[in-house]
Amino acid sequence: MLTIVAVAAIKALIVIGMVLNLAGILGWVERKGSALIQDRIGANRAAIFGFAGAGLVNTLLADPIKFLTKEDVIPRGVDRLLHTLAPCISLFPAIVAFAAVPFGDRLVVGDLVVNLQAVELDVGVLFLLAMTSLGVYGVVLGGWASNNRLSLLGGIRGSAQMISYELAMGLAVAAVVLTFGSLDFQEIVRRQGELIGGWIPAWGILYQPLAFLLLLIAGIAETKRAPFDLPEGESEIVSGYFTEYSGIKYLMFFMTDFVEIAVVSAVVTTFFFGGWQVPFLTAQGFVFPWGGTLALPHLVVVLLQVAAYMIKVFVFCCLQVLVRWTMPRLRYDQLMWFGWKVMLPLGIGNLVVTAFVLLLVRG
Amino acid sequence: MTPLVFFLLAIPLVLFSLGVVLARSPVRSALSLVVALFLLAAMFFLLDARMIAALQVIVYAGAIMVLFLFVIMLLNLQHEPVESARPGQKTIATVFSLVFVALMAMVGWKGLPGMPGPGVEAAVAPSFGSTEAVAERLFTRHAFAFEVTSVLLLVAIVGAVVLARKVQR
Amino acid sequence: MTTVPASWYLLLGTLLFAIGALGVLVRRNLIIMFMSIELMLNAVNLVFVALARQQQVMDGQVMVFFVMTVAAAEAAVGLAIILAVFRNRETVNADEVNLLRW
Repeated sequence: MLTIVAVAAIKALIVIGMVLNLAGILGWVERKGSALIQDRIGANRAAIFGFAGAGLVNTLLADPIKFLTKEDVIPRGVDRLLHTLAPCISLFPAIVAFAAVPFGDRLVVGDLVVNLQAVELDVGVLFLLAMTSLGVYGVVLGGWASNNRLSLLGGIRGSAQMISYELAMGLAVAAVVLTFGSLDFQEIVRRQGELIGGWIPAWGILYQPLAFLLLLIAGIAETKRAPFDLPEGESEIVSGYFTEYSGIKYLMFFMTDFVEIAVVSAVVTTFFFGGWQVPFLTAQGFVFPWGGTLALPHLVVVLLQVAAYMIKVFVFCCLQVLVRWTMPRLRYDQLMWFGWKVMLPLGIGNLVVTAFVLLLVRG
Repeated sequence: MTPLVFFLLAIPLVLFSLGVVLARSPVRSALSLVVALFLLAAMFFLLDARMIAALQVIVYAGAIMVLFLFVIMLLNLQHEPVESARPGQKTIATVFSLVFVALMAMVGWKGLPGMPGPGVEAAVAPSFGSTEAVAERLFTRHAFAFEVTSVLLLVAIVGAVVLARKVQR
Repeated sequence: MTTVPASWYLLLGTLLFAIGALGVLVRRNLIIMFMSIELMLNAVNLVFVALARQQQVMDGQVMVFFVMTVAAAEAAVGLAIILAVFRNRETVNADEVNLLRW
């Protein structure tokens, strides 16, 4: 009993640690990456004894300290409880969504087999969709509790956008679940370890390329990043639904942005790029299709798989940062048209075609 | 262990339900209901209804209540007192509710233990409450109801769009 | 005691149902009345799931699935009606919408 609780607590702490650190590093990637794309230097002024770490000191130390020590301004006439609650409600589902995503295969320590997944849910995919649905509340409440017409506008637009693209995301996810036949993330990743024709790893992107595109686009729309960032509308409605927030509440909304980028990356990696799978790596070591093998100790295999997972997630996070600083913003009606009249029919079509093909292939 | 978790969920559930009914501001009422639905989903998990629990959060707490919040914000409803038109309405309503609860409590204590069935705490197959189990029942025994429900949803979509349209003058 | 008998779940469901009924009877704001109705539906869902677990039959959970779907449809149409009422009468107080035509 005690071992079960201890193992679960350690896994949860590891996942939370990974997520929060990733969110911090993403802040740095955002600032320096955008500087690189826009041919400027970016933040490099904060330094400790001359060591500026290419902007790391600024983003990881100076910025959080600045946010934490700022005055907490609450505008007049707002519902104080809701104003304080909105950033918390925004951050909570984003972090919790990582609970069902596996970051490795089984780890065998002595006679204890630990499944490297914070919570072993057999409805993990539904859990992820549930947490995505809950993320709407932070936006809606943030806009409402600001007692500010433009914030309310940003909040309503943001939540309408989120619930519209949730549909496309759900359909893409449904197609993937249909292909792999399970709602459990760990099971989906394990099925991607098989080889097609003995040579190619059976990663999800080979089975569902359209679903990959739909999920990526819907995920970026869910995080309300460019090109879908009209609710935040940086140059138009100040900061949209988080205009009236300062200090640590703003930091929480900001962190939600980065944590959601990480969530989208993790989900895309798990569904389409094999999660923690390294091509040709089994639990005993490398087994190459041309017959060669390379036996590896168990711990090395587990570490390789966890490292592969983290690298893949990081690549997709960088991809999303790149998309943000490359594409212009979509107007609101274009955004809604795209979500309802392009993504939704494509998602339904993809699902129907997948079902037909599976019926033909599997009988 | 289970009674502890049960009470940990049940007591806030009752408190937040009271919050729905007694809150002055409609927004707080809606948020209390969201928390109550979330706690109810946790209780479904406790009862081995995993898929229904996830659906509860996705559909009820994540979509229906967002719709409620939207309407409340669109109408810009403010705080209002808990008042009623007829005198004594609150008292009579409370009395009737208490009588109802007392009656059902008697039914539960006398009648329920005699019900056939293994009981809530009897061990159950691990596939009980999984998606496959729900789907098996849904698409075989209740297939007709399933099809009718999809038509119902279509009718509701059309009805809601027509009713909420601005009148063209 | 290490077990939670089904009667406890039934009592909890009854309590929630009664609270919801109280909300419908006492509150005059149409939207809060509607939310109380949703609370009553959820109380019934809880009883369905608890008894499905007790009998170890899945049909209770399928019934909950249908109740949820019908509740979603009903919420959509009901809120559209409330919006239409508000547009015409400028109020969502149930006592002020008591004339068929004015």
